[in-house]
Amino acid sequence: MEPTSKNFKSNAAGALTDAQLQRALSNVPRGFVKKRADAAAALPEFEQLRDQGREIKNHTLEHLDLYLEAFEEKVVEAGGYVHWATTAQEACDLVVRLCLDREAQTVTKGKSMISEEIGLNAGLEKMNIEPVETDLGEYIIQLRGETPSHLIAPAVHLTKEQIEADFRRTHTELPEERNLDEPASLVYEARQILRQKYIDADVGITGANFLIAETGTSVIVTNEGNGDLTQTLPKTHIVLASIEKVVPTLEDASTLVRLLARSATGQDISNYTTFSTGPRRRGDPDGPQEYHVVLLDNGRSSMLGTEFQEMLRCIRCGACLNHCPVYQAVGGHAYGWVYSGPMGSVLTPNLIGVNEAGHLPNASTFCGRCEEVCPMRIPLPKMMRHWREREFEKHLTPFAARRGLGVWAWFAMRPKFYQRVTRWAARILKWRAGRSGRLANVPLAGGWVKYRDLPAPQGKTFQQMWKERDNV
Amino acid sequence: MSDNATRREQILGRIRTSLNVDADSMERLELVADRLEDHKRNIVPDRASGTVAQNVKQFCERMEAVNGTVEHVKTPSEIPGAIANYLRLHNLPQKIRRGSDPALEKLPWGKARSLEVAVGAARKTDEVSVSRAFAAVAESGTLVMTSGSDNPTSLNFLPENHIVVVEAGRVAGSYEDAWDVVRAVYGDGEMPRTVNLISGPSRTGDIEQKIELGAHGPRRLHVIVLNRPSSAK
Repeated sequence: MEPTSKNFKSNAAGALTDAQLQRALSNVPRGFVKKRADAAAALPEFEQLRDQGREIKNHTLEHLDLYLEAFEEKVVEAGGYVHWATTAQEACDLVVRLCLDREAQTVTKGKSMISEEIGLNAGLEKMNIEPVETDLGEYIIQLRGETPSHLIAPAVHLTKEQIEADFRRTHTELPEERNLDEPASLVYEARQILRQKYIDADVGITGANFLIAETGTSVIVTNEGNGDLTQTLPKTHIVLASIEKVVPTLEDASTLVRLLARSATGQDISNYTTFSTGPRRRGDPDGPQEYHVVLLDNGRSSMLGTEFQEMLRCIRCGACLNHCPVYQAVGGHAYGWVYSGPMGSVLTPNLIGVNEAGHLPNASTFCGRCEEVCPMRIPLPKMMRHWREREFEKHLTPFAARRGLGVWAWFAMRPKFYQRVTRWAARILKWRAGRSGRLANVPLAGGWVKYRDLPAPQGKTFQQMWKERDNV
Repeated sequence: MSDNATRREQILGRIRTSLNVDADSMERLELVADRLEDHKRNIVPDRASGTVAQNVKQFCERMEAVNGTVEHVKTPSEIPGAIANYLRLHNLPQKIRRGSDPALEKLPWGKARSLEVAVGAARKTDEVSVSRAFAAVAESGTLVMTSGSDNPTSLNFLPENHIVVVEAGRVAGSYEDAWDVVRAVYGDGEMPRTVNLISGPSRTGDIEQKIELGAHGPRRLHVIVLNRPSSAK
C-alpha cells in the first residue's frame, strides 16, 4: 500500500472532525483498557511474566540466525517448505507464484499484518485470484476497500450502522427487507456467506503469532475460528511470518500466550490457539496436503544491533494503541501505513524509511502509558525520541520547529541571560493574566492558545524556587 | 544455488552482520542446542499447581466463564445418553458426526436409540460434532485437541455445535503440563499436525467491541467430563 504517513498532520486533522469515526473510537478506552487492567490484576504473576517475556525475546533475537535455522530444519522434517523473502515485493511475488502454480481461483485468508505489509491482496487480484478475508473485521474493511485501523480489531473505526450499509450494498443476493439492526444479525450474515468460501478455497493463508524452533510449528491465535477453517479445509496452507516471530520452545510460546491475550483483549487465552506442524499426516482425514512458511525480513535484520532492536520483541497485542491518547483521538488510518499507534510510530520508519514516516514519532505526548502496558516492556517513548533525533539530524524537521529550537538553544547556552529573561517573562505574564490567572493571548504561541488558555506563571521561575529550596 | 537458498543466505548473513557474530561460534551453537533440548519451564502461575480434583474444578469453572457448558458423567456408558439429552434440550436433530477415536468407538451408542452417528471429517451440513480431548488445561479452562487419523480437526470448527468428551485424569494444571503429555506420546520435539487449544465457543468483538458468539466456529461448546469415582483423588 502507498504510505501517507507524511501527511499525518492533515490525516489527523481530518480524523478529529469525522463524527462517525469519533463515535466508533469512543469504544476503545471503555472496552480494551478496562479489560486489560482486570486481566492483569487477576494474575498475581503477570508482572514477572512480562519480565520473562522480555528475556525470552531478547535471548531469541541475540541468536536469531540459529533459531531460524533450527525452525527451518524441523519444518522440512515434518514435510513442509520454508521460503525466504528479503523484501515485501519478493514475499508477495512468492505467494502469488505458489497460488498460480496451484491454479488457485479463490484464496481464503486469516488475519495477517504481514499480508498487509506486502500488499498481498492487490498482488493476488492482479493475477485474477480472489482473496477472501475471513476475520470478520478484515472482511468488513475488505468490502470497503480499506486497510485495518488496529492490530487486532481492524474495523474498530466503524459503527454498526456503517457496517450494515456495507452489507446491504454488497450482499445484494439477500432479501432487502432483512433486519440487520443488531451486531448478532451482522455476524450471522457474514458467517453464512464465508462458510461457502472456506469450502471453495484452493489455498488458505494465515499469519503466525509465533514460530517454534523446537518443533517447527507455527501458531495462530483467533477468537472466531476463522484462521482454523482457513488453514484446515483448502489443499494448501501458506503461513506468512516475519523473522522475529520465532521463539525457542513450546514453554516459551506458552509464556507469551499468557501475556498476549491478557494484554490484547483481557482474556486468559484467546478462544483458539492453534499449533500447526507440517502438512496432513498419513491417515489424517482432513488438513492441508501442503504446508509452506514464508519468512519475511523486509528491513528487520538491519534493526538488530541498533537502538531499535528491542522493537522486534513486539507481539502485536495492540495494548499500546489502546492506551495511547493520540491513537484514541485519531484512530489508526491517520498513521498512513500498516502499523499505527506507538508501535507503528517506532516500526514504520524502520520499515519504509525515515523520509516517508519520520513524522510519526512526533505523534506522541510522551505520557509513557504505552511502555507501561507493553507486555514485552518495549521502551517505546525512548525509541520515538531516537527517531526525533534522527529526523532532526537529517534536516527533516520543519523550518519553524528548527528555528524555534535554534533560538531556545542560543538562550540555553547563556545561562545568566536566560535566567534574567525568564524571570522577567514570568513576572510580565503573571501581571498580564491578572486575577484570572489565565492567558488567552501569548506572543509567538497563537496556535497553542487558539484552543485553550495558558495558566499564568506564579511569578517565580523554577530555578529561583530551586535556589530558595537549597537555602532552607 | 537456487533463489531461495540465496535469499536465505542473505537474510542469515545480514542477521549475523547486525549482531556482529560468527556463523560457527561453538558457544552460541551449544547454548541454542541446549535450550531447545532442555525446554525448561518459565514461571508457571501458581493457580496451575492444584491436585487432579482441583484441576477439574478449576477447568470447569473457567470453561463456564467463557460460555462453554459442562456436565459430569461417572461411566462411559452414560455418554451416548448424555449427548442425546443435550441435543433434545437445544432442539437439535439427533444426528452427530464423530472421529474414530477408540474411546469413542467403544461407547455403547446403541443405548441412545434415536441417535444417528456418522464417522469422519466434518461436512458442511453437519450440525453437531463429537470429539475426544487429548487433554485439558485448568488454568484457563482450555481443551487440548490433537489431530490424527481418528480425530479430524474439522470437527472442532465446522459444525455449529461441538461436544467434547474429556477424562478427568487428563485435566492438567498448566500448558506446560499438557506439553509434557504431548511429548510423552509423540516424542521430544515432535508434534501432531495440529494441536488446537480451545477455550469456549467461537466469538467476535469486531462490531463495536460487542461480544457475539458463533462467529465462524461453533456457537455452542459442551464438555462432558468423565469422572470415574476412582480417578478423582
